[in-house]
Amino acid sequence: MDILIAAILTIITAATPLLFAALGELVTEKSGVLNLGIEGMMIMGAIIGFFTVHQTDSAFIAIIASMIAGALTATIFAILVLKFHASQVPTGLALTIFGIGLSALIGQSMIGVAYEGIPKIAIPGLSSIPVIGDIFFNQDGLVYFSIFMVVATMWFLNKTRAGLILRAVGDSHDAAHAMGYSVIKIRFLATLFGGAMAGVGGAYLSLAYSPLWVEGMTAGRGWIALALVVFASWRVGRVLLGAYLFGGITILQLHAQALGIAVPSQIMSMLPYLATILVLVIISRDKSKIKLNSPASLGKAFHPSR
Amino acid sequence: MKLRNILAVLIASAALTACGGGEKAADKAKEAATETATKVTETVKEKVTEKVKEVVKGKSAADTKVGFVYVGPVGDHGWSYEHDQSRQALEKALGVKTTFVESVPEGADAERVITQLANDGNDVIFTTSFGYMNPTLKVAKKFPNVRFEHATGYKRADNVSTYSARFYEGRAILGTIAGKMTKSNIIGYIGSFPIPEVIRGIDAMTIAARKVNPNVKVKVVWVNSWFDPGKEGDAAKALIDQGADIITQHTDSPAPLQVAEKRGVYAFGQASDMKSFAPTKQLTSIIDNWSDYYIARTKAAIDGSWKSTDTWDGIKAGMVVMAPYGDAVPADVREMADKVKASIVDGSFHPFQGPIKNQKGELVVKEGETLGDGDLAKLNWYVEGVEGSIPK
Amino acid sequence: MLPRLIPRLEKRQTPSKAMIYLSPLLAIFLTLISSVVLFLIMNVSPLEALHAFFIKPISTIYGLTELAVKATPLVLIGVALSLGFRAGVWNIGAEGQLILGGIFGGATALFFYEKTGFYIIPLILIAGVVGGMLWAGIVAFLRTKFNANEILTSLMLSYVASLLLNLLIHGPLKDPDGFNFPESRLFSDSALLPILYDGTRLHIGAIIALLAVGLGWILLSRTLLGYQIKVTGDAPAAGEYAGFSHSKIIWITLLLSGGVAGLAGAIEVSGPIGQLLPTISPGYGFTAIIVAYVGRLHPVGVLFAGLLLALTYLGGETAQISLKLPIAVTGVFQGLLLFFLLASDVLIHYRIQFGKQGAIA
Repeated sequence: MDILIAAILTIITAATPLLFAALGELVTEKSGVLNLGIEGMMIMGAIIGFFTVHQTDSAFIAIIASMIAGALTATIFAILVLKFHASQVPTGLALTIFGIGLSALIGQSMIGVAYEGIPKIAIPGLSSIPVIGDIFFNQDGLVYFSIFMVVATMWFLNKTRAGLILRAVGDSHDAAHAMGYSVIKIRFLATLFGGAMAGVGGAYLSLAYSPLWVEGMTAGRGWIALALVVFASWRVGRVLLGAYLFGGITILQLHAQALGIAVPSQIMSMLPYLATILVLVIISRDKSKIKLNSPASLGKAFHPSR
Repeated sequence: MKLRNILAVLIASAALTACGGGEKAADKAKEAATETATKVTETVKEKVTEKVKEVVKGKSAADTKVGFVYVGPVGDHGWSYEHDQSRQALEKALGVKTTFVESVPEGADAERVITQLANDGNDVIFTTSFGYMNPTLKVAKKFPNVRFEHATGYKRADNVSTYSARFYEGRAILGTIAGKMTKSNIIGYIGSFPIPEVIRGIDAMTIAARKVNPNVKVKVVWVNSWFDPGKEGDAAKALIDQGADIITQHTDSPAPLQVAEKRGVYAFGQASDMKSFAPTKQLTSIIDNWSDYYIARTKAAIDGSWKSTDTWDGIKAGMVVMAPYGDAVPADVREMADKVKASIVDGSFHPFQGPIKNQKGELVVKEGETLGDGDLAKLNWYVEGVEGSIPK
Repeated sequence: MLPRLIPRLEKRQTPSKAMIYLSPLLAIFLTLISSVVLFLIMNVSPLEALHAFFIKPISTIYGLTELAVKATPLVLIGVALSLGFRAGVWNIGAEGQLILGGIFGGATALFFYEKTGFYIIPLILIAGVVGGMLWAGIVAFLRTKFNANEILTSLMLSYVASLLLNLLIHGPLKDPDGFNFPESRLFSDSALLPILYDGTRLHIGAIIALLAVGLGWILLSRTLLGYQIKVTGDAPAAGEYAGFSHSKIIWITLLLSGGVAGLAGAIEVSGPIGQLLPTISPGYGFTAIIVAYVGRLHPVGVLFAGLLLALTYLGGETAQISLKLPIAVTGVFQGLLLFFLLASDVLIHYRIQFGKQGAIA
C-alpha cells in the first residue's frame, strides 16, 4: 500500500509539467494556432523561474516570472505568425531552437546552484486522512494549481462566452471575423496563454520536480506535451488523463526495473510511447467525435479580406 | 625526465640490436644507457630540442594550442563540465591556448569538428567521449603531426593515445560505506546505459558492500539517458520506494541527490562534489579529475616527450578523487573507507580480487586471483548480490 | 492623436514575383543587423563573428564539401517532407524513419561484412528505404485504419526507433571484437559510399539529394500525383469530390517521405559515419521540417534552405573554435535568422504601407 501511494505521488510530479504545457497548447490550438515551440517556452520558464527564485527567494514571484517569460517567448511567435503571417510550423520549431539557446546563455551563472524546492502545502484536516490525504491534500502549490487550471480551462472553453468565441475563431476564422470578432487579437491572447502555461510547466521542472538548473533540462517534454494535445483530441479532461497515463507508465516501468523484471530496459523505456499510441488508436475510432473537438482552422493562416 | 627516458630506450634498443637480443643483455644495456643518458643529456639537449622544435613547429607553451571536443554542453554539470574544469586548470597551469567545441554529436559531425580543430593549428586534441573513437583515428591519419588523446576508447595509433579513469576504485569505497550504513540492506543504483564502464561500477560497489555486509542487495534501474534530471530523480524515488536507503548513480545530474535529501536517505555524488544538492545526505562523491593528466600530456607535447600510450589511472594518480566524507559518516566507517582507499593506493587490494561469484553463485574469480584489465574493460556480467539482468 | 508612424501591411492583388527572390535577401540583411547587437552583447566583434558563421566554413574546398555532407540528409528529407506537408499530412517523425533506415541499411552492411560486390551498396540503400517505409507505413496504417492522428504516432515512433537502435547496438549488432562497447563493426570498404572528391567526405549521397530535388520538382509540377497532392492539401473536400482518395494520398506521401528519410539514414551510416552508433542523427528529421518550410515547400527552395541551415551549423562550430562563442549563441543566432526568413515572406503577399490613412482615431 505504502509503495502504491509513493508511486502515485511520483506519477503526479512527473505528470504535472506535461499537464501545464499541454493545457496551454490546447487553448492555443483551440483558437486555431499550432505552436510547436512548447519546448522553447518551457525551458525559458524553467531558467527564468530558477533565476528569479535565486534572486528573490520567493517561489511565488518565481512562478509569476516564469509565466511572464513563457508568455514573452510566445509573443515572438505570435507577432511572427499573426502579424507577419509566417507559417506556424517552422516558426514554432525556430522558437524552440531560440529558447534553448537563450536559456543556456541566461543560465550560465546558475550551474551548480542548489535550491531546496517549493514547499508542500498540506491542507489542514484533509491531509491527515489516510491514503487519500497524502495523495490529494499534501502537494506543492503548483500541483493544486495544475488541477485548478484543468477545471478553469474546461469551464472557460465550455461555459463562457469568451470560450465560445475562442472556439469559433479556431473553427472558422472567416465566420468569426464576419461576426465582428478580432481573430488576430483572440489568437494572440490564446498564444500568450499557451506560453504562460508552458512557462509554468518549465518552472515546475526547475523549482519542484528537480529543483536545479542544467542546460536542456526539459529533455523533450515539450514534444510530449504536443503529443498529449493530439492524444486528448482537444478535450481538456483527456489532457489530464493523457498526462497521468504517460507519467504513470514512465514511473511504473522504473518500478518494474527495480523489481528486477528481466525485460531489456530499452523496451521498458519504450512503453510510455507505445501505450500512448495504443490508447490513441482505441479512442480515435469514432471519427465524428474527434472532428467535433478538433479546431477546423488549426494551423491555417488568417488573411482578413476586407 | 621524460627526455631522458626516451633517450635511454632509444640507446637501449640500439644496444639490443647490437647485442643481437637477449633480455638480460637488454636490461644491462638499459642500465648502462640510463647512465650514459644522464651524462649525454646535457650535450645532446640542444640537438634534441631542435628535433622537438621541428615536431611542434618551434612552439613555446604560450604558442601551443590545445583543443577539446565535448559530447554535452559545458553546462551539464557532469561529464563535460568536469572536462571543461580541467581544461581551465590546464590553461592556468601552463599558459597554453585552449579551445573547445561543446555538444558535438557522436556521429558524422565529430569527424568534421576534430578536423577543424586540427586545421586550426591545435597541437594536442582531446576527444572526450567514447563515440569519438573512430572519427579521432580517421582524422589522426590525416594529421600525423598533431597529437590526439581519446577518452575511454581502446583504439590507438602513433599519434593517438587513450585515457580513462578507474572509477571503479572509487565505487569500491562507496560500497564499503554503503554496506556499513544501510539499514534495509538494499542499495539503489541508477544506471545510464549498460556499457562495461557502468557495469564495472555496479559490480565493484556490490563486491565491496557485501564484503562488509553479506546481506546487501543492489537494485539497478536504467534510465537510458546520461542526462535527464527529471527521470533520474524519478528513478531515485522508485528505488527508495522499493526499500533502498542508499542511492548511487552513474548518470550526470544532481537530481537523485536532491531526492535523497528530501526523502531522508543517503546518496553518493557523481563526477563532482554535489554536497550543495544534498548537504546532510551526501556521504561522499567520486570526482573526475582530468587536470593532472591534461597538464602532463600537454607538457609532454611541448617538451617533445609525447608518446602514444594507454592510461588507465585511478585514485593513486589522482584521476579519481573522493570528496570529503559527509557528517553522517561515523568515525569507524570513515576509518574502514580510508583503509580500503589506502590499500588500493598501495596496491595491496584490488576491487576485483577473488573470490568473486556471479549472479548464479558460481565462482568466477578464485581466491588469490584478480580480474585483469582486459576482462575488466569488457565486463558485461553482474556479480552476486546484484538483482535483475543486464539488458542486451 | 499621434500620426500613424507604424507602417501597416496591405494585401497585394497578386503575389510579388520580385519579393519571392528579394525577401530572403532582406531576411539575411535583417539578421546581419540584429546579430550585430547580439554579438556586441557577447563581447565579440560582429564582423569577425559573421565571418566565422558565413564565410570561414566555406572558404576552402574541404569546407564546401563538408557543407554538402551536412546538407545532404536535410535536403533529402526536406524535399520528401514538403510533399506530405503540401497534402496536409503531418509526418513529424522523419527522425524515427531515418533511424530505421539506418538500422536496416547498417544491418545489411554488416551482413556483407568483408564481402565484396557491386550490389552491396545498392542493397544497403534499398534496405534503408524499406526500413523508413516500414516505420512510416505503421503511421499510415494507424491513420487510415484507426483514424489515429499521425502527429502523435509519428512522433512517438521516433522515440521508439531511437530506443530500438540502442537495443540492437547493445545486442545483435554490437561489434564482436569491440569490448562490449555499444557500436557496430566498421563497415567494409565495399559497404561505404563512393567518395566524389578524394581527400574529402563528399559522397554520392549528395548527388542522390540533388536527384531528389529534381524528381520532387517534376513530381509536383508535372504529374497527376503532384496535382492530387496539392489539391488535397488546399481543399480536401474538393479533392474527394474530384475522386482523389484521401487514404491513398496519406499512404503515398507517408511512404514516400518515410522511404526517403530511411534512405537518408542508410546514406549517413554508409557514408560519413561508416558504422552503426547509438545515435546516428543529431535530429536531422526535425531540422528537416524547418528546412522544408523555409524552402517554402518547394524542392528548389528546400535545396537552398538545407544549405543555409547546414552552413549555420558549420558556422556555429567555427565560431566556437575561433571566437570561443558558446554553442548557445548559435541557437539564438539560428533562431533569429529563421524568424527573419519566415517573417520576410510576408512581403510576397503584402506590401508595407506608411501612414497615409491618417491618424489613429
